Amino acid sequence: MKNLGDKSNRKGIVRRDVLKGGAAVAAAATTSMFLPRYGSAQDGVLNLLAWPGWGHPDTVGPFEAKHGVKVQVKEYAGGEPMLALANSSPIGTFDVILTDAEYVQMLRAGNLIVELDPNDYPFEDYWPNYQRFPLHWDGDTLFSVMVRFGYLGLSYNMEQYTPKQLTSYSVLWEEGAAGKVGFFDWYLPSMGCLSLYNGNKSPFDIDEEAFGKLRETMNSLAPQVAGYYSYANTYSSLANGQVWLIPGIGEWLTLGLRKDGVPVNTHIPDEGGIQWTESFSIARGARSPELANEFIKWMASPEGQVRCALRPGNETGIASKKGWEKLNADHPVEAEWLRMRLDKRNMMDEWNEGKIVIRRLPFQQTIEDWTQAWAEMKSV
Amino acid sequence: MSMQSESRGPPTGSRGPYWFGLLWPAPSVSWQTAFFIAPLCLLVAITFWKVANFQLSADFTTANWVSMFTAGYFWDAFLYTLFLAAVTTVLISIIAFPCAYALAFKVSPAIRRLGVFFLLTPFFTSFIVRVYSWQVILSNDGILNSGFAAVGLGPFDMLNNSFSTIVGFFTLAFPLVILLHLLSLSNVDRSLIEAAHNLRCGRVMTVFLIIIPAARVGLTLAACFAFLLSFGEYLSPSLLGGSRPPTLSVLLVDTVKSGNHWPKASVIAITMIVTLTLILFAAVKFAYHKSPGADRD
Repeated sequence: MKNLGDKSNRKGIVRRDVLKGGAAVAAAATTSMFLPRYGSAQDGVLNLLAWPGWGHPDTVGPFEAKHGVKVQVKEYAGGEPMLALANSSPIGTFDVILTDAEYVQMLRAGNLIVELDPNDYPFEDYWPNYQRFPLHWDGDTLFSVMVRFGYLGLSYNMEQYTPKQLTSYSVLWEEGAAGKVGFFDWYLPSMGCLSLYNGNKSPFDIDEEAFGKLRETMNSLAPQVAGYYSYANTYSSLANGQVWLIPGIGEWLTLGLRKDGVPVNTHIPDEGGIQWTESFSIARGARSPELANEFIKWMASPEGQVRCALRPGNETGIASKKGWEKLNADHPVEAEWLRMRLDKRNMMDEWNEGKIVIRRLPFQQTIEDWTQAWAEMKSV
Repeated sequence: MSMQSESRGPPTGSRGPYWFGLLWPAPSVSWQTAFFIAPLCLLVAITFWKVANFQLSADFTTANWVSMFTAGYFWDAFLYTLFLAAVTTVLISIIAFPCAYALAFKVSPAIRRLGVFFLLTPFFTSFIVRVYSWQVILSNDGILNSGFAAVGLGPFDMLNNSFSTIVGFFTLAFPLVILLHLLSLSNVDRSLIEAAHNLRCGRVMTVFLIIIPAARVGLTLAACFAFLLSFGEYLSPSLLGGSRPPTLSVLLVDTVKSGNHWPKASVIAITMIVTLTLILFAAVKFAYHKSPGADRD
């Protein structure tokens, strides 16, 4: 019989209990710390790396219902954060990666996305210029499927400016704009528009002299700037009247606000604007490549394209002509808002007029050179 | 008797080393080692690494240090951050002291408890929510400017500048500093104050000659907290200050965001840690230093 009054016995039990308990806690903590947190198709999850808002039920809900899965989104704001996440996450973390066209080749070079079969996707439904969008292919090999696009120019407060006053980006330097110019805190579109203002027809392919001039232009504008905003803050700064002019953004932001009654719009000045695109790729090591492929096929279909166009808070253009037709038939008011009416002047006309250039990464300088110039401007 | 002395006393040869007693501080030491010392060493190591194609790779290059320390915008951010933190610390200390003084000496215990309760309530809400609330209050179409407009004034630019950033810092640190002041003032020996009054020392002079010196350690540590919290804070300069100009915390995030450049970001982080450590050491030395006449007491 155990003698409970035996001190040595009691002491030993206490030590062992403490040590065993501590070891158990440590082991449990360590084990749980390193357990994968991401789900897979087997447990009903499709992991998507995308800009904010892509997990909205209005956008992906029908796909989730059809396949009995949940689309789980890891969000980023900007191409570089996307690349950083894609590079630093273990293989298999993501099934699908949404990216802007200029980063597709970097994803491919980093072996982070896989080759796609063009026959899987309804490219015949797309507008001709988007059926073989150059940045998505490497020779005859497809790596990404375009779903959305839009133009970046000069977004403005309609109570302060009219399109006639915005024929040039030079309005940013005017006295009345002092302290009312804002920027979305992403160097690429912002510097691209200022490069267009400097007269660079290929705004991202400029030599050192032009790059030096661009830096001068940026620094001369800095005193006019109210702030450099995060994704969400860009919306609020324009909505609450804190800023009146933001170069380098577009209808992806102003349309949603305008529909909510905020007097903001976007105009493409005479110097030109920039086209952005979004496309889907399948991540290397995707846990469910078949489901990922189904997701992309659905997003490229007319139904998926309409939902892409009407993504809540972020309505914008779509690549599929069949999608346009469905949008015109089912949502004529929204088609009007989006300048996607087939029977009127529309977004494709703006492209055809030659004022829009595709957003690219810097050609003759490194990304670091450009981000450093951006950092310098912010500190002026 | 022997059992009691055995169980309470220091280790004896018959019971072996007192190793079990040493285990008690082990969790906190382990925690600090695993989650502060080790990451700090890693952070220092990363400053010498390189980034290629957005991927970190181990290396030993001083390029990151040279690049950051020769960049004008880095020093601009450093000085601006120091300036904001210093101004915030001084303002918070000056404004918090009378509040804490009133709570410590002038109100009833019930009111004091109520005051402490209200000083704690801001912490019930996430800081980011409080920062966004300030946007609603300070923006051009916000609550304050609407009020000014009603009396024919404004609008005043109260967002995207140093003012709004400092407002954010106040939101974070002010209640805490009052509580720390209150704690230190509550420990001031009341008999010293009575003695000063008996010796015809006026109320204001008593505050400066008796109370503040007696509470110096607590007041200094409170100022340290204000400085530490402001120096490294990110949300206020970014969401209220518009990142213009950037503080070190904004620059740090930008550096990671714009190229996955963790090595350069680590240089910024180490600079911030070293700066704060030096300031903390100086403050502690000031707090605990003895006045020339103190040894004669």
